Amino acid sequence: MNENSVKGAATDGASILAAYRRLLARRVAIVAGLALLCVIAFVLDLVTGPSTLTPAQVLGGLFSPETLTPPQRAIVWQVRLPYALMAVLVGAALSLAGAEMQTILNNPLASPFTLGVSSAASFGAALAIVIGFSLPFVPADWMVPLNAFLCAFGSVLLLQMMTRRRGAGVETVVLMGIALVFAFNALVAFVQFVSSQEALQQLVFWSMGSVSRATWGNVGALAAVLLIVLPFSLHAAGRLTSLRLGEDRARSFGVDVSRLRFLALLRVSLLSATSVAFVGTIGFIGLVGPHVARLLLGEDHRFLLPASLLCGALIMSLASVASKTLVPGVLMPVGIVTAMVGVPMFLFLIFRRPERS
Amino acid sequence: MTDAALQVRGLSAGYRHRKVIQDLTLPPFRAGEVHSLVGPNGAGKSTLMRALAGLQPAAGSVTLAGRELLGLSLAEHAKQITYMPQTLPQGVALSVLESVISALHASPTGGDGVRRQGMEQRAVAVLGRVGIMHLAMDGLDQLSGGQRQLVSLAQALVREPRVLLLDEPISALDLQHQLRVMKLVHELARERGMIALVVLHDLQAAARWSDGIVMMSRGRLIASGTPVQAITPQTLAQVYGVRARIEHCSRGMLQILVDDVLQPGEAVAP
Repeated sequence: MNENSVKGAATDGASILAAYRRLLARRVAIVAGLALLCVIAFVLDLVTGPSTLTPAQVLGGLFSPETLTPPQRAIVWQVRLPYALMAVLVGAALSLAGAEMQTILNNPLASPFTLGVSSAASFGAALAIVIGFSLPFVPADWMVPLNAFLCAFGSVLLLQMMTRRRGAGVETVVLMGIALVFAFNALVAFVQFVSSQEALQQLVFWSMGSVSRATWGNVGALAAVLLIVLPFSLHAAGRLTSLRLGEDRARSFGVDVSRLRFLALLRVSLLSATSVAFVGTIGFIGLVGPHVARLLLGEDHRFLLPASLLCGALIMSLASVASKTLVPGVLMPVGIVTAMVGVPMFLFLIFRRPERS
Repeated sequence: MTDAALQVRGLSAGYRHRKVIQDLTLPPFRAGEVHSLVGPNGAGKSTLMRALAGLQPAAGSVTLAGRELLGLSLAEHAKQITYMPQTLPQGVALSVLESVISALHASPTGGDGVRRQGMEQRAVAVLGRVGIMHLAMDGLDQLSGGQRQLVSLAQALVREPRVLLLDEPISALDLQHQLRVMKLVHELARERGMIALVVLHDLQAAARWSDGIVMMSRGRLIASGTPVQAITPQTLAQVYGVRARIEHCSRGMLQILVDDVLQPGEAVAP
């Protein structure tokens, strides 16, 4: 407490500013390092797989496809590349969504799926699979993701409407979100109960997240959503940081917290509904990606948000590699593997973190 | 100076079905002055502060330099008034300096557009002013309760508001820091022509550092004026239900000596 106590740290303005600049530079370096690791993991993901292609053939085939035989070209361009891209995009989208969710709900245990987005998506997918209805102008293989997306997004709009009427405190939002989770889980169970053996199997497989449903079409769609949402997220970074100092304080600093929360929730639902629609439920990434980023960089959202995105992409890419190599010859659903890869990484960071009183 | 005053007239605020403060009119708070808001728990002090800060709906009129503040957007409000809540949340992975800078990043402040470079320098200068420069790079979670209160004050001061609302800013501070904080608020009010409204439980501190006292009970104004006018055995009996004496020490400072809790039916001589 004594202002004269010098803790070996800088105590005059100029050196504190210098220290702060060094800190910012270090953070930029960490974000760049994460981006580099993502690229490496992505390449690793590309060159791993059950076929006999060598890494050199895969990478060569990317730049000059004519060097490959038609079947090899199909493996690289229709399987490896879209799968690997999908892993990166889903990890990025879920982790960015998780970071915003944890901040706006002021809860480190929140994830993009806390408020029922994935349950609603499962319900939508279940309906599409079991009833098998179709819409004009929509290709049949887009019906399941489309319906999953519509249900997921619809559930968030429902949540928004309900909380708007009640005056949106965080607790109200969370409680209503939990109510939605239970409601949709019950509905999914009901659909499962009345569905045929075959549909049930398809449903269970759908709900196990897997990038093996990736096509260029849905990779493009998710990339577009991410590219549209990211600038808005980064634009809100300053206000999200100030929200961490308490809701009243942020409002007194001129931040319209209800609006901030509403728009963030909209971004979160777009990202998570799109992801879950294309690859099913992949838990853990949206919870742990932001935590890893926070441990590395703190909560200045100008760095936390991009770092969360990159951490998510990295973990997901590595999980995708692991899903192809853990059991030789078998492509495991990546949703099962994410936690196996993420937990050790997470524990490592927790244990090497400086102890705080 | 009257033109730059903060005027509260007929203010009501609280819950939808139960108004905590009802039709409250206060004497004007003039630029450069420090006013203390005192009263027992549940008197409506925090409600009044939050209403003035635009954090909760209120009816009536609050004008600053003749301009109506009620109904302004939070961003417009924040250019004039900054509110320091009682607590700073736990478990936030920000350093002291970052947290103060983020107070500036949140929305434009009243002054001219400050460049990023300027923001960092301004934040460091405020830490110096509050006397916590040595904590600049420490994490918020590593601080003691008193240090957190000082950081919280720095976050409010850095926005250089025309009106500063402090909700119990010295409750967790040791004797020296209580003195330093009140002295700083007093100095800044004089320097910047800022109006400071401070919720205090320590009447001695309120008497010493305030130009004016507003004494409230159950949402109503009981007494106001200079400390000598507002803090009397009668008002203390009425508001707190205590028997107290007011003495003046050899240096003229007000001393409040509380003897006992008033017995039922006991009257205090005028």
